Amino acid sequence: MNTIYILWLRQLKRYVRSKPRMVASLGQPLLFLLGLGFGFGPVFAKAGQGNYIQFLAPGVIAMTILFTSIFSGIELIFDRQFGFLKEMLVAPVPRILLMIGRTLGGATTAMMQGLIVLAISVIAGFRPAVAALPAGLLYMALIAILFTALGTAIASVLSDFQGFQFVMNFLVMPVFFLSGALFPLSNVPSVLGALAAIDPLSYGVDGLRLALTGVTHFGGTLDLAVLSIVAVIFMVVGGRLFNRIQL
Amino acid sequence: MIRVDNLIKTYGEIHAVRDISFHVAQGGIFAFLGPNGAGKTTTIKMLTTLLRPTSGKVEIDGLDPATHQHEVRKRFGIVFQDASLDEELTAFENMDLHGALYGVPKKLRNDRIDMLLKLFELAERRNHPVKQFSGGMKRRLEIARSLLHTPKIIFLDEPTLGLDPQTRNQLWAHVRKLNEEERVTVFLTTHYMEEADRVAHRIAIIDHGQIVAQGTSAELKRQTGAETLEQAFLALTGSSIREEAADATAGMRNMAKMFRGSR
Repeated sequence: MNTIYILWLRQLKRYVRSKPRMVASLGQPLLFLLGLGFGFGPVFAKAGQGNYIQFLAPGVIAMTILFTSIFSGIELIFDRQFGFLKEMLVAPVPRILLMIGRTLGGATTAMMQGLIVLAISVIAGFRPAVAALPAGLLYMALIAILFTALGTAIASVLSDFQGFQFVMNFLVMPVFFLSGALFPLSNVPSVLGALAAIDPLSYGVDGLRLALTGVTHFGGTLDLAVLSIVAVIFMVVGGRLFNRIQL
Repeated sequence: MIRVDNLIKTYGEIHAVRDISFHVAQGGIFAFLGPNGAGKTTTIKMLTTLLRPTSGKVEIDGLDPATHQHEVRKRFGIVFQDASLDEELTAFENMDLHGALYGVPKKLRNDRIDMLLKLFELAERRNHPVKQFSGGMKRRLEIARSLLHTPKIIFLDEPTLGLDPQTRNQLWAHVRKLNEEERVTVFLTTHYMEEADRVAHRIAIIDHGQIVAQGTSAELKRQTGAETLEQAFLALTGSSIREEAADATAGMRNMAKMFRGSR
């Protein structure tokens, strides 16, 4: 437990001390929230879909957690390039504990970032159901763990940052845009609906939307089940790949 | 303390280490010298459990690293060729994290951190982020950190690379003191022959993955008829310039993959 705790704490310290990173990672969510929220708001209302900020905020919170989580996982490449990974791998502890500690630390920082965006969303006019916040936190934690583990798995097979842009363009952005974060999944073409159904973030966005606004597409049980199962799968895969790292 | 018999490491058809054998006595300072890409770092990686040998036998304090990985890891400290500190953390936090990973109890950990930071003249920078440290300070911190869990052996992979003469001198003085006062066995690699000559009790020279000579500095000089260790080294390894990949092990691994892929 001490190994997990010390690596969790390390991730938190790195996050809190990196103010520019914290501020910079809020840029994109703010742009989506304010730009899209206020820009498309009237069109969304005219189409009879209600308040767009109310619809969009859970999606933008999920997006923030997605980006921060993936980056936290990918940070393993920094550890490899700047040498700290060697210090971890030569320690007399099972590698799986190292992986769990890093993942939980990365997931915690992603949740903190998500909570900051939630607060900004409230200032922008979003009105969440306060009583449902614990459920919201649960969905945020699941999204964060799932994608930090995925980031760690990816970083375990990448030796440098050259592949990072590929990951962003061909994995992270499609995962985000297909998740229903920006538009309702109820009336989309069947191909888009099918792609959304195999995107784990869709269930995260849907669960978060259910918790914070009471609206759902897949249903809370399915959201929880898919997120939990995929999170476990990614943790196992990430753990195995991390275990195989050679220096 | 360290026994290596017929150790071999191959990557496909590439032979990184070819059948090497040597022995380091407890409390000894052993210098493992060789040109770039000779197999020094690959050997250290095998001795420190980071790489599995293809064949051969390694014993660290009587234990096989392949079967007693964690027990072996508790017995040595290592200073890698490249930096391995978390630069966002302070000197104390880097040490504390190391101590926690090695299971050193909190109270003992704090006492030893204070003692080692004093010993390596870093006590005043205890709470400063490592990113503000000079190269020499980082090196001293890495050595201090490697000693936190009271290892019996310390591996130093080119610890003075890129340091000024004053810092190098001070660093070796610390290493000698540790060896004399705490009987820590030292296994080191360096490209500075005069340092090896001054510090090491025994020396092995590796080239193209094979040990070409081993003995005391005086024995190597006598064997080659050289006046200095550097001349002896050149006589044994030749004077052609060797190139080494930024990460030699990864480079060899990739070359081996290319070999396999081209078939």
